[in-house]
Amino acid sequence: MSYAGANVESPMQPNWEHFPHQADMGVRGIGPTKEAAFEGAALAVTAVITDLAEVIPTQPVTMACDAPDDELLLVDWLNALVYEMATRRMLFSRFNVRFNDHSLHATAWGEPIEVARHQPAVEVKGATYTELSVKRDEEGRWIAQCVVDV
Amino acid sequence: MDLNLLKRRGPDEWHISPRGKMRVPGVIYATESLIRDMDEKVYEQVTNVATLPGIVQASYAMPDAHWGYGFPIGGVAAFDPDLGGVVSAGGVGFDISCGVRALRTGLTVEDLQPVKEQLAEALFHRIPAGVGSRGKVHLDRQEMDAMLAGGARWAVGKGHGLQEDLELIEEEGCMAGAKPECVSDYAKKRQQDEMGTLGSGNHYLEVQQVVQVFDVAVASIFGFREGDIVVSIHCGSRGLGHQIGTEFLKRMVVSAARYHIDLPDRELACAPINSEVGQEYLGAMRAAINCALANREIVTHLVRQVFADLLPQAMLSLLYDVSHNTCKVEEHVIDGIPTRLFVHRKGATRAFGPGHPDVPLSLRAVGQPVLIGGTMGTASYVLVGTQESMSLAFGSACHGAGRSMSRHQATRQWHGRDVVRELAARGILIRSPSFRGVAEEAPGAYKDVCEVVDAAERAKLARKVARLEPLICVKG
Repeated sequence: MSYAGANVESPMQPNWEHFPHQADMGVRGIGPTKEAAFEGAALAVTAVITDLAEVIPTQPVTMACDAPDDELLLVDWLNALVYEMATRRMLFSRFNVRFNDHSLHATAWGEPIEVARHQPAVEVKGATYTELSVKRDEEGRWIAQCVVDV
Repeated sequence: MDLNLLKRRGPDEWHISPRGKMRVPGVIYATESLIRDMDEKVYEQVTNVATLPGIVQASYAMPDAHWGYGFPIGGVAAFDPDLGGVVSAGGVGFDISCGVRALRTGLTVEDLQPVKEQLAEALFHRIPAGVGSRGKVHLDRQEMDAMLAGGARWAVGKGHGLQEDLELIEEEGCMAGAKPECVSDYAKKRQQDEMGTLGSGNHYLEVQQVVQVFDVAVASIFGFREGDIVVSIHCGSRGLGHQIGTEFLKRMVVSAARYHIDLPDRELACAPINSEVGQEYLGAMRAAINCALANREIVTHLVRQVFADLLPQAMLSLLYDVSHNTCKVEEHVIDGIPTRLFVHRKGATRAFGPGHPDVPLSLRAVGQPVLIGGTMGTASYVLVGTQESMSLAFGSACHGAGRSMSRHQATRQWHGRDVVRELAARGILIRSPSFRGVAEEAPGAYKDVCEVVDAAERAKLARKVARLEPLICVKG
């Protein structure tokens, strides 16, 4: 079973889902491009913490990472996001990801956490290698997923 | 889990015979009922751990075992460096040295009742918890390194704790062999504002009542009796531990091939103990242990201040502080020979028996306290380590109830407001910044802690001393 955060108005916009894991949470991004799938996975991470609609994407933060393959790169990307959330005390709700071989550059837009408004449910400690996968499905969509430790 | 996969060797002991690349058998301690409810991933992970180089005796799982990262949660495995043994970042986990401490208060429920609501509010507002919270102790670079080297001992030296706490913490409050220089600047930055914070998820601060004593003699040595109020704190190494876990997991995955380690699961990422990566990880992991010990000491200091304001007659004294999620160097007897081993306990608690030199002198005659956290609506337990446990799973026991359903499933089944209201009607005050967070942590989302603890006792891993029930629960 998965829990969708589909953007049905704009199919080109990244979709995201959560999938079940006993103790933690599975995050999944789905998109027509690998970039969109990575952006979707990031949205899914924020949605673990709070209602995405409550996060106003005003302040940009840039990130970069690199890894030997797409799957390790997904984990690095989500961990870079977790790091920025933790150290800046921000939440993000819009992302733009660009690849160059095995390196990733991204901009994330968000705002400082306001506990009363965002009511964060749980802290994401990090992305894991559990259920880790970056690939295309039969319909040609890119799926990027892993479990995050909360 | 399919019972046909296992051979029953005792009422609560199940074996997996070595097959394929397994170097040792798997051993799961649990009742038949707990085994039936255990997810199949536990079997897969126990057998995967059994393939790692240098593993000794068996790959163990505790009664509360469930699907983890590489190792099952509730997994115990020891490695001999002289046999090419490995240290695994996955075998320790992200929340390095997450653990529980229990404090006696000298109070009874009658003392508490008149100020219970105010106490709940004060603890909620004065103990930083949850996403976005900021600790009251901010560390510059120099102090950060001092904290990573000194642990709870550092905290006491800075006035954030009491000297008499130290002997009642594993490692006497300071993990030897910590190397702050092996901890990245990223990890240190992540921790700068998080000292003395509770975290979120299954972390908690609880005010509890001792509702039942099973062993009066041991409870007397532990300094409490039925009707007493205790405070339990469950948290870990916060952002620093998480960052160290993240970074070394990747380094070990990438370096595994170089050390000719065949990883059945990337989450089992490991490196030979006697390797550069292995030694750096041990140095960083030990620093993270110190961070967790210092963190719980600072949180305790803040709790003492709250009690001093509202219940000045209270004297909060530490019973014991245990850690899960560690790799410790310990001597255990293997085939009659004392052997130095690197013991990984992932979501498992050390449970040393009577007479062990690492148990504080004041408690040594009876054994080490083992603190098992339950849920906000059920109970927690104090157990004591047994002599038998030393030969069963390197002196280890379970650590908690373990989840029985996913967080998302829990939010579909319960609303946080209803959970808070129902528990309040039972006299349990819940304070949390998020109703969704409360729903995810609903008591029904966890296994029956009583069954888990009974199974640990039947398997002789530890013995029940007392049952504690929550009166106030603060969540992040």
